[in-house]
Parts: sequence; C-alpha cells; structure tokens
Amino acid sequence: MSAPVPPPQANMGQPIARLEARAKVTGAARYAADMPVTNPAFAYLVTSTIARGRITGFDESAARAVPGVLEVMTYRNRPPLQPIKHFLEGGSALTGAVALADANVTHEGQIVAMIIAETFEAARDASHRLALRYRRESPAATFGSRGVVVQRTAEVIPMRKDPSLGNADAALKGSAVVHDAEYATPTQHHNAMELYSTTAQWLGDELTIYEPSQFVYGLRAGLAMQLSIPPEKIRIVNDFVGGAFGGKGAVTQRTALVALASRALGRPVKLVATRDQGFTISGHRHETRHRVRLGATREGRFTAYHHDLWELNGRSDAYVNTGIDNSAAMYAFPAVMSTARMVRADRDPPIFMRSPPEVPVMYALESAIDELAFKLAIDPVELRRINDTQKNWVTDKAYTSRSLMPCYDAASAAFGWKNRNPKPGAMRAGDWMVGWGCATATYPTQVSPAVARVRLSADGSARVEIAAHDVGTGAYTVIGQMVAECLALRPAQVAVTIGDSVLPPGPVSGGSVTTASACSAVKLACDQILAKLGIAADAGDKQRAAAFDRLKTGAIEETGNFVPASSESKTTAGLYKGSVDITGGPNAANGAKTMFAFGAEFVEVRIHARTREIRVPRIVGAFAAGRIMNPRTAHSQLMGGMIWGIGSALHEFTEIDVREARYINDNLAEYLVPVNADIRQVDVIMVPEVDNEVNPVGAKGIGELANVGTAAAIANAVFHATGKRIRELPITIDKLIMG
Amino acid sequence: MRPFTYMRATDAQSAVRAAAVSADSHVRSPVQYLAGGTTLIDLMKLDVMRPTQLVDISRLADSRMREIEATSAGVRIGSLATMREVADHPAIRRDYPVLSESLWLAASQQIRNMAHVGGNVLQRTRCAYFRDTSWPCNKREPGTGCSALDGMNRWHAVLGASEQCIASYPGDWATALIALDASVETLSEKGPRSLRFSALHRPPGSTPHIETNLAPGELITAFLVPAGAHTRRSLYLKIRDRESYEFALASAAIALDLNGDTVRDVRIGLGGPVSVPWRSREAEKLLVGKPLTEANAQAAAKAAFAAARTRKHNAFRVPLGRETLVRALMQARSMEVAV
Repeated sequence: MSAPVPPPQANMGQPIARLEARAKVTGAARYAADMPVTNPAFAYLVTSTIARGRITGFDESAARAVPGVLEVMTYRNRPPLQPIKHFLEGGSALTGAVALADANVTHEGQIVAMIIAETFEAARDASHRLALRYRRESPAATFGSRGVVVQRTAEVIPMRKDPSLGNADAALKGSAVVHDAEYATPTQHHNAMELYSTTAQWLGDELTIYEPSQFVYGLRAGLAMQLSIPPEKIRIVNDFVGGAFGGKGAVTQRTALVALASRALGRPVKLVATRDQGFTISGHRHETRHRVRLGATREGRFTAYHHDLWELNGRSDAYVNTGIDNSAAMYAFPAVMSTARMVRADRDPPIFMRSPPEVPVMYALESAIDELAFKLAIDPVELRRINDTQKNWVTDKAYTSRSLMPCYDAASAAFGWKNRNPKPGAMRAGDWMVGWGCATATYPTQVSPAVARVRLSADGSARVEIAAHDVGTGAYTVIGQMVAECLALRPAQVAVTIGDSVLPPGPVSGGSVTTASACSAVKLACDQILAKLGIAADAGDKQRAAAFDRLKTGAIEETGNFVPASSESKTTAGLYKGSVDITGGPNAANGAKTMFAFGAEFVEVRIHARTREIRVPRIVGAFAAGRIMNPRTAHSQLMGGMIWGIGSALHEFTEIDVREARYINDNLAEYLVPVNADIRQVDVIMVPEVDNEVNPVGAKGIGELANVGTAAAIANAVFHATGKRIRELPITIDKLIMG
Repeated sequence: MRPFTYMRATDAQSAVRAAAVSADSHVRSPVQYLAGGTTLIDLMKLDVMRPTQLVDISRLADSRMREIEATSAGVRIGSLATMREVADHPAIRRDYPVLSESLWLAASQQIRNMAHVGGNVLQRTRCAYFRDTSWPCNKREPGTGCSALDGMNRWHAVLGASEQCIASYPGDWATALIALDASVETLSEKGPRSLRFSALHRPPGSTPHIETNLAPGELITAFLVPAGAHTRRSLYLKIRDRESYEFALASAAIALDLNGDTVRDVRIGLGGPVSVPWRSREAEKLLVGKPLTEANAQAAAKAAFAAARTRKHNAFRVPLGRETLVRALMQARSMEVAV
C-alpha cells in the first residue's frame, strides 16, 4: 500500500500536510481524557446484565467499603435531571430515556450505577462488588424473535414517506427479466480508537466538559436542558476527536451523570468508559433486512425498483434511517415502490454510523444490480451506463452534477476490468479463486448553517475560530487553507481554533457537511474583511498594510453567517441553540436540485479454494465530489473509507446471544476490523468535477462516500470468484464453506 | 481488579516456595505467577481471575529458564524465553519451522515481545461467556452451567468438548508442541519433574475448571522437543477471517518425514475448534506407510474430525478443519527441505 502525496488537478486545492500531523504522531495532541484537571475523582459505570426487566435490589455495602470509594450513584440517589428529546424528535439525545431514572431495564448494558472513587482502580474494583438483583423478563433480540413489534415507518414518523413513482408492481409483472432477493446487514459498532470519555469540572456555577463530540453546541444545549442551567454556563471542549463515525454525535446519558457527580463532590470527575461498555452506551449501526425486486427489459433498461426495508430498533426511540430516497435516485427507475418498517426489540438505541442509510441500502441495491446483470448477461458497468441519469426520477429534479460514469471509466481502466472473464469461477491464481466485482459509491451532498469568525492582522497573520470538529478528517487543515486561499496568505500564517463551544457554532460533524458548511462561513467572513479593507483577495502585503493604515487599525475581525439556500430555518439562530439543520441530497427543497457525490469501486478478491478465506489484494476507487479542498487529506479520507468498506464487508459483525439479547464479541480481539496485513493495494483516483451550485465553496462531502458500495463490490467479486452469492454481511469463511 | 500483593521472586526456588499454597487447581490458586501478564492481567481487570498474590517471575536469576539450546537430540526452550525470541531463533527456524511459525502467526509483535512461551501454553480460553462474569460458566464457577452450549458458539470447540464446557483452547504454540511430542519440565516445592506435553492439559469433562495437570504452584521451567527426521519438513497453517491478529478458526501443525512420496512418519496437531491442544493420531495412523495423495489426505482429515460434535454456530469448523488439514499436508509435501 502506498499513499504518495497526490498532485492537485483541476478544481483542487493544495495537498498540504495536516496542521496537527506532528502533534498526533508524537503523542503531543491532547484528547479529551488527556486534558489535565486538578485532583480528579474517577467514575466507573456499572451496566445491566439483562436486556429486559427490573432491578429488584442493590447491595452496595461491599462496593462502598472499598477504600477510596466516594459515591455509588443509582436511580435511588441520583440528583434531579430533566428529560431531553431524541435527536430525530427535535432534540440532540441518543435516547429520550433519562439516565438512572428508575428500576426498569430496557436493554443490555444500560447504565444502572456509576461509582466514583479516588482512583480508577478503586472505582472498577467497587463495580465488581456491587451486587444487583434483577427480575428478568424474556427479551426479544432481533428480527424473528418472539416479542418484536413491527411498525410502518411512515405511520410512526409521517415525515418519512416511502418514495414511490408510477406503478412499480405492474411494471415488475410486465418486465422481461425480474430479480427478486433478500439481503441482510448486521449490527456494527463504531469502535473509534478513542474511547467514550467525559470529564466534568465546575467553577462556581460554570461547567466545563471535556468530551469527544461531533457537535459541541448540541451537547451543550442538551446538557443545559438536563441540568436546568443556562447553556452559556457550559463549555464543551475537545481539541481532537480520536475517531467518531457517528458514535459521538448525540448527547448520551453519561455526560449529565458525570456533571452531577462532579457538582456533588465539588471536584472534577473523569469517566473513561471501557471498550465493552462502549458497545451499549453510545449507539450502534442497526441490523437491516431487505427485499429488493428489480425489473428490466432484455436490453437492460430498468423498468421497476421495489425495495422493502426492515430496520431493527429499540423499544422507545424513533431512530430510522430508511435511505431508499437515495437509492431510488441512483438510476433511471421509471417506477419505484418501497416500504420501510421499523422492528422494535429489547436493544440499545441505534444511532448514525458512517453513511448510515447508504451502507445497507446500497449494499442491497448494488448487489441486486449485479445479480440482474448476470441474468441479463450484460457487463455490470454497462448495465449502470444504460441506466445512468442526470435527474432524480422520483422527484423529477436534475442533479447539480453527476460524474458517475466518468468515475466508472477511470476506475475500470485503472483496474483492468476489460480483462475480466465474466464467467463465475473462471479466474484462478494458483490455489486461489479470483473474483472481480464493482459497485457504485454515493453520498448525498448536504450542507448546514455555520458561523465562523476570522481575524486578519495588518502583519498578514490571520486567525479563524469556529466550533467545528476534527474527527480525524483534516478539518483543521482545510479550514485554515480556506482562510489562506480567500485572503491570499500562506497556510502557516493562519491559526485555526476549533472544537470549543465558546467559539461561533460550526455544524454537527455528521452528514459529511463540515467542509462545505464551515468553509462557506469562513469564505463569507473573509469576503467581509476584504470588503472592509477595500482590497482584492490577491492584493499584496503592501496594499494590505496600506489599507489597514487607512482604517487606522491593526486587525479586522468579521463573523461569517452562512445559511444555505435550502436551509429550513433561514438563520443561524437555531445553530446557536444546538439544532441540526442539514439539507440537500435527494430531497431538493426551495427549488434546489438533487445533490450527490459519486464514485465507482472495483475490487479483486481471492478466496482459497480449500479453506475459503477471503482476501482483497487490490481495490480501486474513483470519486468525483466537486471541489477537492486538499487532495492529500481527501485521499486519506477516501482510502480510509474503502478500507472501512472492506471491514464492513468481510469483518465487522457484532455477535448477539439471542436468548438474552446481549452482545458477545464486545472487544477488539473478536470484533474484527481490518489490520494492516489485510490491506494491500488501495488506489484512489480523484476525478475532477466542478459544481458551483451545491454550496459557495463548490465542495461535496467525502467523509462518508468511499465506504459506500465497497461491500457490494466485494459481494459481487465473491460471486464472480465462486459462483456463490452471499446476501448477508459480513461475508465470512463459514458462509462460503458450508453447503 | 481486586487488590493483591505483589512479590518479585529472585529465583525459581523462591518462586515455587511463595506459590506453595493449597487450591483446587493450578489456575484457581490464590497465588499466580506473573511473567508477561498478557492473559492474567486482562482477566484480573475483567474480575475473572482474582488472585490475592502475584509472584513475578520475569526476572528470575535462573538463566536456563531463558535459554534456547539446540543439540542433536533436540531443542530445550526455557519457559521464560519470549515468543519473539523463540520464533526468531535460527536453529528453530531451520530445524523446527512449525515451532517458529506457530509463534509468528500468533498475537501481535508487541504481545510476542511481552509474552513468554511458558505462560503462552497456559493462556486461557477466549470464550465470551467465561470472560464476562455475569454469565453462568462451569469453567469459571463450577456447577453454574455452560452458557455457550446454546449460545453464540461460533468460536467453540467441536473436538474434546463436553456437556459441561465447549470452550476452545486458543493457542497456536501448544498445537506445534503437541505435534512434536514435546515434554515439559516443571518445578514445585516437591522438586523438578517432567511430563509429556500431551499430558499437560486436561479435557474439560465434568471439571472444566481444572485446566491442567499442574499442581497448584507448579512452575513450568522448560520445554523439550526431541529431534527427528520429521521436524524439518514441518509447518503451521492458520486459517482466520482476517490476515493477522486473530485466533485460529482452524489450524494444523504438521511434521512430515517422506520416503519419496510415501509417509514414513507424520505428526499432526490441530488447533482452533479444540478444547485442549489436540493431536490427531487417527489421522497420522491412516497416513503412515501410504503415499501422501489428495485422497489419503482427505481420508485422514475425515478421521481427524470423526469424533466432532457440533453446536448451532460452529458446524462450519468441521469442514474448515478438514480442509485446513488437507491443505497443510499438501503444503508440507511440497515443502523444499534442505538436508
């Protein structure tokens, strides 16, 4: 695997190295749990070992007797907390359930106590000595379990209409060729390298929280509501986030508990949840089931697309993903029918995980297309070309730009697709069966309001401040580059401060909106500065100095308020209150067009003819996403996305004991992600694309693009290698060696 | 993790004196030896192991416990040699490749630098129900039941398991040792003794909490691997979902002595879905004196798993185990071996 610095092409910025690269690789970067606080106490969570039932008793004596234990917080003594709303119901919480509210247990791993002690070790020791008694009820674990409740998503959440167009069922009946199959995706967990942590410190009535968060304003707002204190009294800080992937986007129960404990004890309290606790306190990618029906003419023109989706959820919160809005926009489907259902079980609440709807839905659709191509005896790339479109047929709105086929052509050429023998099982390398497969990657281009403050000094140094978050993506770097570009400075002249709720609000780091949204706000602020100075962006040092002299000031500070045309709220006021206002993608509002980024991925798999282990010696992806702010960090994100996709296809799978609705492999030895040895050649091609309609900077989000489609490409390659179609992720040895 | 006392032993004699306490098994003794700590510390954090005293043996003065001596009779490997040291040893790589490979394919470089080969053979199962104290588990708490029998048992044993326990033994190195007829030297308060490696581990039967035939406080000091015509043509094949840093779904340790195409001698160790380090004498018997053909290898593999008992999620490990053995045999047959 090699990752040279990619030279910029048309409509790309400079490939500068990450501003914080050195700090990260030398260990100087301080993550939330590293932030020094004076004389902290340490919290340790106790989580439920049943999935459904009631706590009938505690024996705290042994736990309290451990030297150094300061408090055992349970529902019986927890200080007051106010409820907050789920993030799909106008709030910012993972769950509407209040922490330590009562004796009820609604999922495995629910927080049932928090122990605070002088040391982490004492708190952990006490956690093992806290005796809980439960009255267990039989839980429903998953699809098909006794006790699940199935609901039509559109009936529970009227906003979530099932997309439909024409009469798909009639069209299917009349189709020359029909493909009809079921697909399944498993529970997965974010498993960012940085664990879930919270440190709380009060100074009088002011609270500082160090916590890795994808949305410091959302966390602040939710916490303020829970604690009944003004949001201005709370400050959320995270200079760096060690991976998030959606697991750090919502307000989880732990934060308020740590804040309460700190207030009660009058000293800072630090919590670092364990890896296994992380599996149940901050959400997961939910299980899905699909039935996909595709109709086509003999020539390969799609006639109908019917997608039934089942999403597994907890009992009470309204989390849904659907995603058929997106998949139905992918091709020229003249007729579309879909139904989304949520299936409620005794499980912890799911949450967004990197490309939440696209990963499962595009796995199903892109597998189905490959199956249909095989039936039609049409090359799978050509089948997509036949059905390529420049408009979303369901909404009848044009794409702002769509470079899907250029991506296919670039990746296909680099991969050598023309040398593929289409017959399954026909390609061989010694003892290994060889398979080649491809699939479409896509992600809706979305944008959020954002506010950025930029200060330019007469000496040519600048500072930009925005409460955006660098979850490992390169946000620091591209925000700094944006300032440098707008004000014609060198990147080294720009200081970037992010990840702190005292700064102007950035968007939630979700939906791949950070670059487009934050940089649009930065651009506004810079334009305002130039306007005040009355100079052009490319005015030299002398002209700039003269302009400052004219204004008799040494620095100018401007705040850019960016509100996208498609915004629901029309102002940034909601952002200050922690509201999420993400628009774009398939559902064009306010006259906007359909906005997506695209890519095409080609993989080679090798499967041992005897033992059936699956390896991916090479993967090629070509992506077009409007302006690429920094080809180096973009390359890293796209490469990381494809590697993530390989893991999602072949490794990641949270095992569940269905008798007890409990996770089994809640550690990194048995919850597998790819290791270095799994990743050989990863080629990233960036296809130049200009799109001035999506947002002021012309950039499409890429953080969640490259991991979409990888699973289908691999599944398609596995079929090509073996003739065996695996319709359930992950694709593992057992599924290939049995039968 | 519960409070414990820590003692650093200066030599093996003082270590075994400190560990001489009564207990119902070696692994449940309140006094445990600490060397690399790669299993023990993990299990203490999980509250699965609760020793009250640790005897640190990582700095014993007994230099023989760290040495690797290769002679014409065989190789003696001190129990305090690290996994890396043994894996890298030139004589072992040349004359006993299966020993080196079994270590190379285990764990990660960091762990191989920390862990010692003595502790490695005593590593405990990865059974999730054993490692989480909230589940009933006969191995952890005798008499409470086996949660894995009808649970998520993709990782569990098909060979050597019992109705009381289907946990699998996760090690690789032990699979190679049992294939090569190794023996184990130990020291206890009663003095030194030697036992066959195949007698070290105990199948779970009705007492899965007694994992070995070591007495409480008995310390492994060395392994002896006898030389033989079979050790050079030897290899370790490990099959898993990802390329590295995963326990074996199936593995095979093969040592083969060929006379032309005919098997003069063969040793077969099986890892992965086994309850203890596993030697397949059934498979060996079928191969000795016969040409090593695909058909004979298949027949041997079938015999190796004839006694397999599968549960809901681990049935695939029978065909996988068979294919792994066939592949390993075929690979050993075609190995280039310097004479």
